Amino acid sequence: MSIRKVSILKSIDWLTILFYIIMVIAGWFTICGASYEYDSMSLFDVAGRPGSQLLWIGLSVGLVFIIMMLDKDIFDVFAYFIYFIIVLLLIATIFLAPDIKGSGSWLVLGPVRLQPAEFAKFATALAVARFMSQYGFKLNTPKNFVSTLLLIFIPMICILLQKETGSALVYLAFFLVLYREGMSGKVLLIGCCAVLFFVTNMKFLDVIVGITPLGELIVTLMILVITTILTVGASRNKGILYWIVSIIAFAFLAGYIVSLLVPVNFYWIALALTLSLCCYLLYLAFRTWIMKYALIAIFALGSIAFLFSIEYVFDNILEPHHQVRIKVSLGLEDDPTGAGYNVNQSKIAIGSGGLTGKGFLNGTQTKLKYVPEQETDFIFCTIGEEHGFVGSTLVVLLFSAFIIRLIQLAERQETAFARIYGYSVASIFLFHLVINIGMVIGLTPVIGIPLPFFSYGGSSLLGFTILLFIFLRLDSSRRGN
Amino acid sequence: MENNTKYNLSNRRYVLISAIIVVTIVFIIRLFYLQVIDSDYKAKANNNAFLNKTLYPSRGLIYDRNGKLLVFNQPAYDVMLIMREIQPFDTTDFCNILGITKDIFVKRIEEIKNRKLNPGYSSYVPQTFMNQLSEKEYGALQEKLYKFPGFYIQNTTIRKYEFPYAAHVLGSVGEVNRKDMEEDSYYVRGDNSGRTGVERSYETVLRGEKGVEILLRDAHGRIKGRYEEGIHDVSPVSGKSLTLSIDMDLQAYGEELMQNKLGAIVMIEPTTGEVLCMVSSPTFDPGILVGRQRGKNHKLLETDPNNPLYGRAYMAAYPPGSTFKPAQGLVFLQEGVINSQTLYTCAHGYPFRNGKPACHWHPSPTNLVGAIATSCNAYFCWGLRDLLDSRKRYPNVQEAFEVWKNHIVSMGYGYRLGIDLPGENRGFIPSSKTYDKPYKKRWNSSTIISIAIGQGEIQTTPLQICNLATTIANRGYFITPHVVKEVQDTPMDTLYTNKRYTSVEKRHYDLTAEGMRMAVVAGTCRGAALPDIEVCGKTGTVENPGGKDHSAFMGFAPYDKPQVAISVFIQNAGFGATYAVPIGKLMLEKYLKGTISEESQYTEQYIKNAVITPTNVY
Repeated sequence: MSIRKVSILKSIDWLTILFYIIMVIAGWFTICGASYEYDSMSLFDVAGRPGSQLLWIGLSVGLVFIIMMLDKDIFDVFAYFIYFIIVLLLIATIFLAPDIKGSGSWLVLGPVRLQPAEFAKFATALAVARFMSQYGFKLNTPKNFVSTLLLIFIPMICILLQKETGSALVYLAFFLVLYREGMSGKVLLIGCCAVLFFVTNMKFLDVIVGITPLGELIVTLMILVITTILTVGASRNKGILYWIVSIIAFAFLAGYIVSLLVPVNFYWIALALTLSLCCYLLYLAFRTWIMKYALIAIFALGSIAFLFSIEYVFDNILEPHHQVRIKVSLGLEDDPTGAGYNVNQSKIAIGSGGLTGKGFLNGTQTKLKYVPEQETDFIFCTIGEEHGFVGSTLVVLLFSAFIIRLIQLAERQETAFARIYGYSVASIFLFHLVINIGMVIGLTPVIGIPLPFFSYGGSSLLGFTILLFIFLRLDSSRRGN
Repeated sequence: MENNTKYNLSNRRYVLISAIIVVTIVFIIRLFYLQVIDSDYKAKANNNAFLNKTLYPSRGLIYDRNGKLLVFNQPAYDVMLIMREIQPFDTTDFCNILGITKDIFVKRIEEIKNRKLNPGYSSYVPQTFMNQLSEKEYGALQEKLYKFPGFYIQNTTIRKYEFPYAAHVLGSVGEVNRKDMEEDSYYVRGDNSGRTGVERSYETVLRGEKGVEILLRDAHGRIKGRYEEGIHDVSPVSGKSLTLSIDMDLQAYGEELMQNKLGAIVMIEPTTGEVLCMVSSPTFDPGILVGRQRGKNHKLLETDPNNPLYGRAYMAAYPPGSTFKPAQGLVFLQEGVINSQTLYTCAHGYPFRNGKPACHWHPSPTNLVGAIATSCNAYFCWGLRDLLDSRKRYPNVQEAFEVWKNHIVSMGYGYRLGIDLPGENRGFIPSSKTYDKPYKKRWNSSTIISIAIGQGEIQTTPLQICNLATTIANRGYFITPHVVKEVQDTPMDTLYTNKRYTSVEKRHYDLTAEGMRMAVVAGTCRGAALPDIEVCGKTGTVENPGGKDHSAFMGFAPYDKPQVAISVFIQNAGFGATYAVPIGKLMLEKYLKGTISEESQYTEQYIKNAVITPTNVY
């Protein structure tokens, strides 16, 4: 026993542990700052948030020791079992959970409330790692790909049903893992294009210049440009670029001249140009039997179909509060007292921090509760206000270094299981970092997910601790050690 | 093949790492923008968190020269609002409580939001919605205030006047206007400042210094205590008290005598320049220009044809008439045009210009003492002729006239004396240039003879006339008249302590004083005589082309050690001796003896009851 302990102490990645310790301690102090009240100063009172967070930190440390003592093969062996249990728990939660602040993701066990969704991340990561690390596994076969997606989407759908859209979206992080494991970059590209088209269209929703709807025009132009670039890339005849550019320029010039006499909808011109390009591509495909051309045409046509469906999806599928949140986040709705209040107040709190901040426990915005959810999802405000640009930049850098380190660790694994699990861990942290801080500083939509190790909450701290330390345990028993 | 694919896939980590680096850079740029470049957020945060509560100092009190409290403060209640905190409420109910219509409410809100009318507007900062509620309105509003989020009641004070007198001296306090706010950043909309009288001229002394209490306010607008235990708070500093040189009893008596008449009484203590009373009639109760009624009452006073807001004692300029003759005599003496023995003839007028200006009957020829005593017009016309038209002294009339003018100006005429009240009139003393233009430089004493007897272009305020009496009483100097005797804990401005000598020697004043004494003993001013007090005086009957003559009196007493100088000016009251002299006598008696003797009581009644309607109004 003692021999194994020594070997773990030697082989464990102390750098990552250092990151972990720094973040947990900094997180605790930030929670102190966020929940500090003028009248009561008892930081160690268990009834208060800093006190109970301390309790959770203690529990996490205990868990770390337990995980470190476990045999490395346990995770591999029990991956599906754990996944199964957690999915059952998630399904049970849908029916058992009371409604707490519009969310049905909490299981109440006496005095303790747990969020199974926080633990589903590591379980899903284990299951995905186990599934994809089968001998001779090829992601690119349709059966494997769909099975993998199922593994990811089952917990995601359960969490969506718990009305925790934010936590559900985290599972999109697994696409980064799939990409690393051989999923075509095109899927990622198409995904990114979809987000780009959607955001752009939303941003210019209902903006009409003359009789041209601006949002549709810009998105169509983007499609046209991307299609052109792809076409030129695929074609051996580079001179085609000049032809396409000349035709586009001529069409718009003609449209402009006509628009002096009668109103012209430039969106139709862009659409007609895109469709003409598609026809040309299909003609090339039939003539040369090169599939690339057909694929590009399909991409362009699909993008246009997507564009048509955006408004339908937005109006009919998204919940009203998500519509508003997306609109506010994109600056479509400027309503500082309504839905924009959170972001507006969080920007004020962060902005008021200045270069070096107001000092520990000296933040006025957070102390006076101007920022809602300031101990949980908006915890980064307190850092921004009390420690300023220096403090918040350090936290961002710390997280980036931490995630890059995780990628390095994942890459050095010898087993596919450990590598895939490691990538899952890094991707989940990256997603949390981008969405949470992006939301607090007003760059991404307000999607309520915690900042790992900083946000108050036992489930999230325990969930992230387990997620991370299973990977460190796997890493510590590499063959090299 | 397998190895090759693996190698390729492992390269994909660089895509991920690049993405992380890009995100990190974007975040840091955004944070730099929010926290370092854009300072707007800091101000917003302060507006969020800090409620700067202004602590108003109590305005300085005003006492009279005998320590009687004249003006103090009483509590009042202002309705404040913070635009940002307003939530929908029952405006009808709100308007009913305050007794206003909904239109006024809407207009008021618009005024507050208009940055032109209200330069310091901020939706985070309390703005004055309505000033000075009555106790009843206050009670009703206080009870229902919880229904009107965003509205607050702020305790302030308004002025309370102990006596209904001396309105023009005390002045009034009113809401600051846009110009005040632009000129002095101390003021914010809804603040009060002195508008007239000493309230205005001593505004910076009386107002004190505002304090501020920095309170922390949470997201729900609840006050969470003082910022950093109040170390940044500033306590208000109370305004300093003023002690006026005015004797309130005397002022009250003067205002009673002047009721139903237009004009002024000014009395000055010659040795100090302190104004003992300054009556401008018609007047009004200063207490009506306080609180919510101020605007309405002010409008009423403005539209009154007799213009009671006009402080005639120092704002109105009249021709001084015969009260100017002692000044003329002083110049002639100083310039050697006459001496105590010089005689001039009078033939019911100025013989040189065929009896114009005319004169009443009196022994002739006469010397200066006699001329002052009998108020001989011809004497001073001769004197002016000898001064201006004799080429022995000055090469031309212009130079001679400038000499004359400089002497007169040194006696306090033609320019503001510098009394500590706003809006003083400077009067008018012509210079040679005044005549050069219309007469094309060809003019002499005959052309401008009416100035010899204080008519024509000459304009003086009752204050300046009293100042001449002061100078003669002092035999050659005066101290700038002032109504504030003492500012609490502050040394007196040397402007109000330094003697200002005139350009005429003391010995000439002795002779002039003698003439004024003789006027009371045996001349036109006999009505001013008081038993066992040697009163000196000079009447004035001021020709008024537009209506009945003005009645004027100027004097001092006692002859040897003067304690008081006086001027009385009553519009359209006819001869100086009929109204101005008896009023002067009563005022002197009141001041010097404290009571009105039985013999004078008939006069007192007669004067008080007299109604002199103006025939033309200045």
